[in-house]
Amino acid sequence: MAQEFTIEDLKRILLEGAGADEGVDLDSDILDTDFEELGYESLALLETGGRIEREYGISFDDDTLAENRTPRALVATVNALLKDAVGV
Amino acid sequence: MTAKVVITGIGVATPNGLGVDDYWAATRVGKNAIGPVTRFDAEQYPSKLAGEIHDFTAEDHLPSRLIPQTDRMTRLALVAADCAFEDAGVKPGDIPEFDMGVVTASASGGFEFGQNELKKLWGQGSQYVSAYQSFAWFYAVNSGQISIRNGMRGPSGVVVSDQAGGLDAIAQARRQIRKGSKLIFSGGFDASICPWGWVAQLAGGLMSTDENPERAYLPFDTDANGYVPGEGGALLILEDAEAARGRGATNIYGEIAGYGATFDPKPGSGREPGLRRAIEAALADAGLEPGDIDVVFADAAGTPELDRIEADAISAVFGAGRVPVTAPKTMTGRLYSGAAPVDVVAAVLAMREGLIPPTTNVTLSPEYDIDLVTGSARPAPVRAALVLARGYGGFNSAVVVRAAD
Amino acid sequence: MGRRVVITGIGVLAPGGIGTKNFWSLLSEGRTATRGITFFDPSPFRSKVAAEADFDPELYGLSPQEIRRMDRAAQFGVVTAREALADSGLDLAGLDPYRTGVTIGSAVGATTGLDNEYRVVSDGGRLDLVDHRYTPQHLYNHFVPSSFAAEVAWATGAEGPATVVSTGCTSGIDSVGHAVELIREGTADVMITGATDAPISPITMACFDAIKATTPRNDDPEHASRPFDGTRNGFVLGEGSACFVLEELESARKRGARIYAEIAGYASRCNAFHMTGLRPDGREMAEAIKVALDEARMNPEGIDYINAHGSGTKQNDRHETAAFKLSLGDHAYRTPVSSIKSMVGHSLGAIGSIEIAASVLAMENNVVPPTANLHTPDPECDLDYVPLTAREHTTDAVLTVGSGFGGFQSAMVLARPERSLA
Repeated sequence: MAQEFTIEDLKRILLEGAGADEGVDLDSDILDTDFEELGYESLALLETGGRIEREYGISFDDDTLAENRTPRALVATVNALLKDAVGV
Repeated sequence: MTAKVVITGIGVATPNGLGVDDYWAATRVGKNAIGPVTRFDAEQYPSKLAGEIHDFTAEDHLPSRLIPQTDRMTRLALVAADCAFEDAGVKPGDIPEFDMGVVTASASGGFEFGQNELKKLWGQGSQYVSAYQSFAWFYAVNSGQISIRNGMRGPSGVVVSDQAGGLDAIAQARRQIRKGSKLIFSGGFDASICPWGWVAQLAGGLMSTDENPERAYLPFDTDANGYVPGEGGALLILEDAEAARGRGATNIYGEIAGYGATFDPKPGSGREPGLRRAIEAALADAGLEPGDIDVVFADAAGTPELDRIEADAISAVFGAGRVPVTAPKTMTGRLYSGAAPVDVVAAVLAMREGLIPPTTNVTLSPEYDIDLVTGSARPAPVRAALVLARGYGGFNSAVVVRAAD
Repeated sequence: MGRRVVITGIGVLAPGGIGTKNFWSLLSEGRTATRGITFFDPSPFRSKVAAEADFDPELYGLSPQEIRRMDRAAQFGVVTAREALADSGLDLAGLDPYRTGVTIGSAVGATTGLDNEYRVVSDGGRLDLVDHRYTPQHLYNHFVPSSFAAEVAWATGAEGPATVVSTGCTSGIDSVGHAVELIREGTADVMITGATDAPISPITMACFDAIKATTPRNDDPEHASRPFDGTRNGFVLGEGSACFVLEELESARKRGARIYAEIAGYASRCNAFHMTGLRPDGREMAEAIKVALDEARMNPEGIDYINAHGSGTKQNDRHETAAFKLSLGDHAYRTPVSSIKSMVGHSLGAIGSIEIAASVLAMENNVVPPTANLHTPDPECDLDYVPLTAREHTTDAVLTVGSGFGGFQSAMVLARPERSLA
């Protein structure tokens, strides 16, 4: 069954795994804001990435988190991986 | 080398009080906080009582970014650090960052965080282990997190000597100030009241199995039958006395005047335990005679053999019944590395009010020739206090706290 | 100058080199001790390599009871402490036991023991309410790793101040630094000090996997630890211990002790930045180095060799390269720098002491150990990292540094006590 990963899923996982910086409103338009600007440094992204991998049964390359610097890019990457997973 | 080092700020969190005012209000009247374990179901275990901190909601005090990456003991310590800064009237930016450091003690690290990750590892698989596990449970985490939150880049450290560590950390902080640092945070926190921590503590074989909160932890009592563990601790801001006065510090609680530490001979050696020598070393370091000490805050292990050793050491140094002895930790249980820093807090507050807080629940056994303050608090001028702490295996530490002039 | 502190005894237990002699052979020959993990099935892990020590505790004089009671890291510590004491020729029976202390560094304490016992009492992770009926009494010793200092004190007869120093991956330097302070201030005359860690267990591998800190170079374990190499991609977990006997200089001279080196300067600073990350400018490590040099009354030019932290993560190697330049100026370019982690892996809290041992042996032999596996230099790491083979080099003073989670940065200067003071 094809699953879709949405920005809402990402926000939920970010909050669970790393909380939110004071002064950052995740409910504003954050799709194209760099994770660093949202207050998520590499460690927070590794935790977030691990949670996404486990929950959705996918596996990122080592560079996935470094290369997908915005929520929009990460959501798209996760969805591409989910599609591959179903296709196989 | 001999700069005076004073306490200028306090953050404290214990089962019977959060913050200096609450803690002292509870302690001076002997408010007990030992009760049934609520953090997990302890029914199946031989020991069922603990000193727990209730009404602490970390989310009310700390940014949500810190919550997923911290154990309970770190959250308590971070909040205590904030309180201590406020109490001292110092803001993190007031002092150059390389002149401020953090030296804490830890007995068992972030044990509950570790428990949860071990459970994921063995129950679900290695890929379920958190990205924060690499540091959230380890012994250095509180010094690291406090330094990051408050921009402190000076000499820092972490010592682990079970319950004695709380004093060892304060001594190391004093060393750093004498070497030129302006302000060092010191003290300790532990909070391992979780199933995995519980069985590890039970393994030591010294925990009380009595189920009556008022009869479970009775140091120096004929019915002494072990200790009750608690959670919490205290953080102190230590500063060079002149520098503190120079910046107009309003709270100068007292001076860390002396320190001594020893380790017991190997069991079976027949040699005298090291506690007496630790006390004598602390007095000598402070330049005080036994007669100058107005109260002793005992380690109060709560097992007959260890109580005997402590009573003997106190009597050997001070003479039988010659100095008031107290153990307010009967209200909270033993807080591991947090215990002695809390006793240092109690000592300076005793000085401030001229009141020695009581050892609750205990009736002194005729076996011991010490003047134990039982029942209710005893009014008395306190100019100098001795705080004792011992760690499993034979660690003995002693600190002399003196009123600041 | 007040009381000066010297090393008069050394004990080392490192992967591929148990005992000082074997350890130095490994380093001076540039051999590596990293390999595919054999302690447990590494197949679920991202990183499947480690530097394991082939250690049989009975061969090193531990009794069956001691073996049962102690975590592997405690066993290491007792073995190296005894070796150091024997090496020093010091007869503790003739000393005041209250003036002999113990400081032992460890980053992760009895992790391996805790991991093993948790698996049992939780019945393989099934029980939330773990079962106390399956706990051995020594679980308390694992709960509080201060037991490491207790074991070393019992093994050596020390009855002065004793503690474990646990500042993550700088523990091995900070423990020795702490001991130096106790002798300098006059609290102790002799210190048994050093560090130990035995972290190669599933929980440790899993926690470093989660942050991709350890290398995934599983197809070439012998060459997996590549500090300063352009192809490096994480550190290789190791284990081990080193302990030392420290004495006050004059009393060591009086008894005719062999003096390996003076611990001339030591300092530690914090980055106050991130629990696992480093500021790229290396400023706090540079600050620690400058303070350590000041304490040693030495100019940067006095340093003949830098024993680097060199963990083999991209961040670290650039960070400390920057720190060396910031603190030593042009002299950084003229000084050989090497990382023995290329050979013995990264044993967390222990490695700082193991690196102090390597530094002292470099002085002893006037040979600088190499950085193994360094074939393709990273252009951002542009110092002399002594690639592949050891180098004969007059070494009268060494700077050794460490960097750890929590933001700790430590530096120590080792020198010959007869040097002239700046």
